[in-house]
Amino acid sequence: MKLGTRRRTLLALGASAPIVAAASACGNEPGGPSGDGATAWGLTGGAEEAMRASFEAWNADNPDNEITAEYFANDAYKEKIRTAVGSGNAPTLIFGWAGATLAEYVANDSVVDLTEDTAALMDRVLPSVAATGTIDDKVYAVPNNQSQPIVMYYNNDVLEAAGTQQPTTWSELLASIEALKGSDVIPIALAGQSVWPELMWIEYLSDRVGGAECFNRVIAGEAGAWSHPDMLRAAQMITELVDAGAFGDSFASVVADAGADHALVSTNKAGMILQGSWIYPEFLTNAPDLVAKGGLLFSTFPVVEDGKGDPSSIVGNPANFWSVSADAAEEDQQTATDYLSEAIYDDEHIESLLSIGAVPPVVGIEDKIAAADNAEFLTLNYEMVRDAANFQLSWDQALPADQAQELLNNLSTLFLGEQTAEEFCAAMDATL
Amino acid sequence: MAAPALILFGFFAIVPLFGVAALSLVHWDGLGEISWAGFDNWKAAAADPVSRNALWLTVKLTVLCVLFQAPVSLLLGVFLAGAQRYRALLATLFFLPLLFSSAAVAITFTALLDPNFGAGTALDAEWLSQNWLGDPDLALYVVVFVIGWCFIPFHTLIYQAGTRQIPRELYEASRMDGAGPVAQFFHITLPMLKYTIVTSTTLMTVGSLTYFDLIFVLTGGGPGNATRVLPLDMYLTGFRSYEMGKASVLALVLVVVGLAVSLGLNRITGASRMDSRSEA
Repeated sequence: MKLGTRRRTLLALGASAPIVAAASACGNEPGGPSGDGATAWGLTGGAEEAMRASFEAWNADNPDNEITAEYFANDAYKEKIRTAVGSGNAPTLIFGWAGATLAEYVANDSVVDLTEDTAALMDRVLPSVAATGTIDDKVYAVPNNQSQPIVMYYNNDVLEAAGTQQPTTWSELLASIEALKGSDVIPIALAGQSVWPELMWIEYLSDRVGGAECFNRVIAGEAGAWSHPDMLRAAQMITELVDAGAFGDSFASVVADAGADHALVSTNKAGMILQGSWIYPEFLTNAPDLVAKGGLLFSTFPVVEDGKGDPSSIVGNPANFWSVSADAAEEDQQTATDYLSEAIYDDEHIESLLSIGAVPPVVGIEDKIAAADNAEFLTLNYEMVRDAANFQLSWDQALPADQAQELLNNLSTLFLGEQTAEEFCAAMDATL
Repeated sequence: MAAPALILFGFFAIVPLFGVAALSLVHWDGLGEISWAGFDNWKAAAADPVSRNALWLTVKLTVLCVLFQAPVSLLLGVFLAGAQRYRALLATLFFLPLLFSSAAVAITFTALLDPNFGAGTALDAEWLSQNWLGDPDLALYVVVFVIGWCFIPFHTLIYQAGTRQIPRELYEASRMDGAGPVAQFFHITLPMLKYTIVTSTTLMTVGSLTYFDLIFVLTGGGPGNATRVLPLDMYLTGFRSYEMGKASVLALVLVVVGLAVSLGLNRITGASRMDSRSEA
């Protein structure tokens, strides 16, 4: 799952044409280990502006140690970076999502240990985010932009018209769904065709039911982790929601890339939506009146009664991260670590992130956020991350790629009702 | 004279093909070490229900595409071959989809077929607001329709040209014998178009076998695996799951099936003897 740049399926086509054969030959990209200056590959969209500004400021201050940055579309980047790192042709600064990919980089000695050089910076990073870039107590990845937790949004006009209110617990959620169905709207908007929004549901439900351990067992590769009673319960709750008509009867045709899910909430056709904090600006554009009169509510995910989970735990993208390539020349590695320790989240960087509505995961910036536009939402966003007992990285990033694909596949059939919760768990157990 | 073409073909088609064949015998995730796998990938692909389903879907998609596109483009082509002014105008309109990129077409159709904001809502037509791309039983047929929408103009063009080459005397003679338009169509137009039909159908078949971009953007293989045809399965296995070995197996299967089908079609229909007719 990706920050604002998730909506780029079209651009991915540019990189989708080469057949598998091409992969064997595409390692020879620029940015090699020749020592002719540090390089960085970043992503277009999202917080690109803040990243560009940060590199420009660094290059102006350090004309002898400039960093050359290139920017790619999300899917194209993901395909390119893997072969580049694998063939020793990675840029000095490697942009990433941490998770399973970072663990693979570390296992292959493709990235360097940043613990010492970035100690001062990592002290200022919120602990739930810092943990994501740390493997075996060593820092291999440093956050470089904003935190994007998954948030529940509610259209209060629709809720009121149905005679219900913002649910805070699972049973209240079920009651709200019934009420909303009665007033002829879709209770919860869900972009089922894109599949990844469905992940958010099982991520939150399994956490609320079984706590962070529920998914940690999967990450640890414990046999039967997916059919653990807590995980099974979470899958059953999804089936309950689908059977109750919580997502309407055509959610599988709804595409997130085009924003057809949150548009349902903006246009009073749906009561709520579980989505990333990155869609908030869309509400400002599409439903300014609703936002202006306070009709758009937002909160963390409801509590499940009797669940073991900590209600402060959140899921989503803790941030994007920079790692430093082990294949880069030594002086370029030095330039890169200097940049990370000196320029990331300096005052200028924080300002430029806040100016585009992005909340950096840094301690002690409450006042700055309170003074920004849309302070109410940004503050919720910041507090969710600051106070989180656990910030679970999106599962499609946390799991190795082949398991993540199996998960997306099986999850979509669970939502379609083609698989029962038990079948889903058994199928996923087979991937461990 | 053929040398440059042969070199190009060898470099861009034969060499990569051997590369893929080699890759199909190794385990490689694109990042770590390449390790020898023997025929593990082949066994895994053969046992994988998703890949087997993909192969079946590809066959189904190909048959449906030909069944849908061939008659429509034949009829349209014959109709547009007429000399009337309004037909020329219609022809221009019909050929417009040829100019659009597949990705743009797919995005447009996704928007039109959206159950909440699509054409159904705009035109206030309840029956248009179906779960078109989200219903596993419906999605494949919608894909077949959209592919047809893109490619029927091209095949219509082929049939139009083919029909215009039929000597007019044949029609005049048959009219004297009292044949009506329907009899003329079945006894003159259709037999004379035999080789056009072979060409067009071969293109349709091989095209549908390797069809990728439109389906990728339109459904991404979903809902569930309902439209995950072989080319898409190959892409997702290679560039989403990073199982390069298994993806190479699927790629080879596609190459072999594609070659076999087009050679087979040539054989059965006698298109290899096509030149004899042009001499007549």
